Amino acid sequence: MSAFLIKAALLGIPLGILIGRLLLARLHIGLWSWLLGVPLGLGLGLGLLWVIPSGILAYLISLVIMACIFSIISLGLNVQWGYTGLFNIGIAGFFAIGAFTSALFTKAMPTGVEAIYTKQAFGLQLPFLVGVLGAAIVSGIIAFLIGFPTLRLREDYLAIATIGIAEIIRLIFQSERWLANGPQPLRGIPRPLYCLFQDPPCEWLPKVVQGWLEPLEPTDYNFFYLLIVVLFVGLIYLAIERAIRSPWGRVLRAIREEETSTAMSGKNIFAFKMQSFVVGAMIMGIGGALYAHYMVSIDYAHFTPLYGTFIIWVMLMLGGSGNNRGAILGAFLIWGVWVGTTFLTDLINPLLEAISPALPARSPYLRYLLIAILLEAILLWRPQGILGEEKRVSVLFEEKR
Amino acid sequence: MPSKEEKIIIPNSGEEEIPVPLDPHSQPELTRLDLKRRPCLIDIDKAKRFLSARTFVIAALVGLAVLLGLVAQAKGVTAGLILRLAVYGVMLGSIIALGAIGLSLVYGVLRFANFCHGELLTVGAYIALGLMGVLPRGEPLRPFSFGWEFLVAMVAAMGITGAVAYGLHWALFRHLRRRGSSSAILAMSTLGAAFFIRSIIYLAWGPDFRFYYWGRPRPAWQLPLGVRFRPDQFFILCLAIGLVILLYLLLERTKMGKAMRATADNPELARITGIDTARVIRWTWMIGGGLAAAGGVLLGLDAQLRPEMGWWTLLPMFAAVILGGIGNPYGALAGGLIIGVAQQLSTAFIKTTYKPGVAFLIMILILLVRPQGLFGRRS
Amino acid sequence: MSLLEVREVTSGYGEMEVLHGVSIAVEKGQIVSIIGPNGAGKSTLMKTIFGLLRPWRGEIYFKGEDITGLAPDQIVRNGMCYVPQLDNVFPSLTVQENLEMGAFILDGDITPRLERVWELFPLLRARRRQRVGKMSGGERQMVAMGRALMLDPKLLLLDEPSAGLAPKLVDEIFARVIEINRTGVAIVMVEQNAKKCLELADRGYVLADGRNRFEGTGKELLDNPDIGRLYLGGLKADAQ
Repeated sequence: MSAFLIKAALLGIPLGILIGRLLLARLHIGLWSWLLGVPLGLGLGLGLLWVIPSGILAYLISLVIMACIFSIISLGLNVQWGYTGLFNIGIAGFFAIGAFTSALFTKAMPTGVEAIYTKQAFGLQLPFLVGVLGAAIVSGIIAFLIGFPTLRLREDYLAIATIGIAEIIRLIFQSERWLANGPQPLRGIPRPLYCLFQDPPCEWLPKVVQGWLEPLEPTDYNFFYLLIVVLFVGLIYLAIERAIRSPWGRVLRAIREEETSTAMSGKNIFAFKMQSFVVGAMIMGIGGALYAHYMVSIDYAHFTPLYGTFIIWVMLMLGGSGNNRGAILGAFLIWGVWVGTTFLTDLINPLLEAISPALPARSPYLRYLLIAILLEAILLWRPQGILGEEKRVSVLFEEKR
Repeated sequence: MPSKEEKIIIPNSGEEEIPVPLDPHSQPELTRLDLKRRPCLIDIDKAKRFLSARTFVIAALVGLAVLLGLVAQAKGVTAGLILRLAVYGVMLGSIIALGAIGLSLVYGVLRFANFCHGELLTVGAYIALGLMGVLPRGEPLRPFSFGWEFLVAMVAAMGITGAVAYGLHWALFRHLRRRGSSSAILAMSTLGAAFFIRSIIYLAWGPDFRFYYWGRPRPAWQLPLGVRFRPDQFFILCLAIGLVILLYLLLERTKMGKAMRATADNPELARITGIDTARVIRWTWMIGGGLAAAGGVLLGLDAQLRPEMGWWTLLPMFAAVILGGIGNPYGALAGGLIIGVAQQLSTAFIKTTYKPGVAFLIMILILLVRPQGLFGRRS
Repeated sequence: MSLLEVREVTSGYGEMEVLHGVSIAVEKGQIVSIIGPNGAGKSTLMKTIFGLLRPWRGEIYFKGEDITGLAPDQIVRNGMCYVPQLDNVFPSLTVQENLEMGAFILDGDITPRLERVWELFPLLRARRRQRVGKMSGGERQMVAMGRALMLDPKLLLLDEPSAGLAPKLVDEIFARVIEINRTGVAIVMVEQNAKKCLELADRGYVLADGRNRFEGTGKELLDNPDIGRLYLGGLKADAQ
C-alpha cells in the first residue's frame, strides 16, 4: 500500500508543479495556485495509478522520460537556432559527448570478468550530479573548440561543419575501443539513487526510512527518474526564459534578425554567437547525460544523424523555433509520433506483406519516411511551427505587471 | 582660416595611401587625432592577403604533401604504397568530383546548400541495380567485369535521377524559394529530402549490402612500381573524365550552358536579360542529378551498394566544392581529386574509418585561410 | 499614342512606399531624361516600369498595351530592354557571351545583331573573347548597353549609365546614347549627371520625394533657374 502512495507522490509532484504553473498563468491567484496545484497533482497521481494498469503506466512513464530528455536537447537547439540563428546539424555530437562523458565519470573502471569485454578510458565513480555537470562542461568545451573556426562562417557553411563534426565524434566513439568500448556498448551506467528501490534500500538511510521504502520494487525506479528528468526540464526552461529576457538575450535576437546592424552598434558578434553555441551545447550535453543514465547501456549507434540530429530539428520546427514551450511541445509530439508509428506499422503489416514479403521487416524505416514528410510539410505550410515565435519583452516590463 | 594643417594618412585597399589635410582646430572638442602612424613590424592586411593568395595556398598544400611524404618515408611506408594509394585516390576522387560538380552547379545557380545531393548518388546506384534486375544479363565486356546491361542501366539511371532531382525542386524547393525563405530553411528542406529518399531506399531494398555482380572475378592489372589497378577502376576514371569533357562542352559551347553560367553569376541580371531562369534551373537539377547518379553507379561498381553510401560522400563532396570555390564546376573537379587523393594517402597513417575526417579538416582549413576556395572569386 | 505611358504609378519596397503617383510619357524615338536628388525614386521608377517591382497603383502602357505587372522576361519580348546601374554584366562570361545572352530568347543566327553592336562599340570587337570581369568600368558599361541592344528594342531603359565613370568616358557614353537614339530607339535615362543628361534630352522629368516636380523639354528644364539652383548645383550660373 505504501508503495502505491510513494509512487503516487512521485507522479504527483511534477504534475502538481505543472498544474500550479498553469493556474498561476491563467487564474492569477498567486500563492494559492501552488497550494491548490500540489494537492490536485497528488490526487491526479493517485487517480492515474488507480485507473491505469501498471504495465501501461510504466510504458507511458518511459515515454514521458524520453520525451523530456528530447525536450532538453530541443531547448538547447532553440538557444542556438531559435534565438541566435545558428544552423547546427551536429546535435548528435553533443548528445553523444554528454552521454559518454557522464557515463565515464560515474562508472567504475571494469574489474574481473567485466574487464575482459569492456574497455574504457577512465571511470571516476563520481556521483550522478557531478556526471551531469561534467557532461555539460565537456560539451561546452568541445563546442568552444569547434566554434572557433566555424562560427564566423556563413549559415550553411556552419551547417556543413557541424555535420562533419558530429560524424567524426560518432566515428571516434565507434572505432576507439580504449575510449568507451566502441563499437561495443558501454554497459552498467549507474542510475542515481537506484539503491532507494533495491532490497534492502540504501545503507546510508536511517532504519525508519528504509522501512518506508521496503515495498518499492526495482521496476518502479522509472517513477523516480521521471521526477529527476522533469526537474531538469523545469530548471533549464526557467533558466533560458530568464536569460532570454535579459540584455544578453536581446543581443542574440538582434544577431539573428539583422547581423550587420548589430555589429555596427559595437557588439562583438562572434563572442555572442560563441556564448550561445556553448550554452546550447551544454544543455544538449545535460540531455545526453540524462539519456545515458536512463538507458544504462549506450553505444555509438544511438547517436546517428537521424536519431540524434534530424529528429530534434523536426521537434523544434514543429513546436515553433524561438519558443521554449514550443521546443518542449514539439519534443512530446514528435516522440509520440515516433512511438505511435510502431503500433501503426504493426496494424498495417498485412498490407505491407501484400506489397512485398520483405517489407514488414523493414517497417521501422516507415517512421523515417513519416518524420521526413512531416518536416517538409511544416516547412511548406507552417514554418513558424505550432506555437510560433514568442514575443519576448524585457524582464523589467514583466515585473511591473 | 586654416592655421596649422596636418595630414592624416588613410590606408587604401589598393597600393597608394591617401593623404588628407585636416585642420585640427576645426575639429569638435574632445576629438583626438591619432596622426602618428603606429610602428608595426608586419603589415597585417598585406600579410593576410599574401597568405590567402591562391599561389601560396597551392604551394602550401604541395609543401604539406611533400612533408607528409617525408614522414611516410621515415615511418617505413614504401613509395609503392604511396603511389598505389594515390592512384586509387585519383579514381575515388573522380567519383567524388562527379557529385561535387553537380553540387557546385546547384549551389551557384540556386544559391543554397543541397544536403540531399549525397542521396542522389544512392538513388542513381539503386535505380541502376533495379534496372539491371530486369534487363537480360549479358556476358562481361572484357576486360571489365560488367556487361552491356550495366551501361544501359547506368545511362537510364542518370536520366531518372535527374528527373528525381528536378522533381524534388518542383515539389519542395521551388515553393520555399518563391516565398523568399532563407538559405538555412532551404538547406533544412534538402536535409528532410535526404532522409525521405534514404527511407524509401531502405524500404525498397533493405539495409544490407548489395552488389551489381556477385562472384565475378576482378583481376587487377599489375603496373610498374607495385601499383595494382583494376580495369573497372580504369573505366571509372575514363568515364568520369569523359563526363567532365561533355559538361565542359555543354557549359562553354551551348546556349543553355552559357545561360547556366550567366545565371550562376547573377540571377537577377539573367531575368532582366530575358533568360528563361526556370529552364536553367531545370537543366541544373537534371545535370546535377545525372552526374551524381553516375558517381553513385561507379561507386557501387567499385565497392558495394548500401543505403548510407551517399551520406558518406556528402562531407567529401562539400569539402571538394568549398575547396574549388562554390559555383565553379571545374574547381569542384580539382577539389574532388585533391580530396580523394588526400583521403587515400591518409590511410597510410590513420585508420580508414577517419577518411571523412581528412576531408573535413581540409575544408575547415580552406574556410579559415581562403573561404572563396582555390578558384573562386573574392566576393 | 505614346510609346510608353506611365500613369499615376505608386510602388515601393516591402511596406515602404517610394513612388507616390508618378506619371511620364515617352514618344517614339525620343530621349527622355529623369533627374532628381538621391532617394527621389528614379531607380525605383525604372524597376517598376520593367516589371522588377509590381506597381501598387497606376498603370503602365507600352505600345498601347497594358504591361502593368508583367514579368521582365515578358516585357523584354515586347521590345523594351533595361540596363541596370550596378551588376549589369556577367563577369565570368566573355564579351561575346554576354551579348549572346542578350539574345537568349531568339533562336537562329544572331551574327547580324552582333555586327551591329560591334559597329557601335568597335572596342568590344577587339575584346570579344575577353572575360568581362577583368574589364574596366567604361568597357563594362559598353558591354551592358550592347547586351541590351541585341534584341533591337524599341525602348531602352538606362539607369545612371555614367555612374562611376571618368569624365572623358561619360562624354563617350553619352555620345553612344545619341548614336543609339539615331537608329530609332527611344531612350529613358535616369541620371545623377543632370546637366549633361538634359542637354541631349528631348524631354525631361524632375522627380523629388517620389513625385513629379517639373517637366518640359530638355532645354526648358536647363533654362529654368529653380531647377538649376535646386538640382543642377547652379551650373547654369557657372556656365555663364
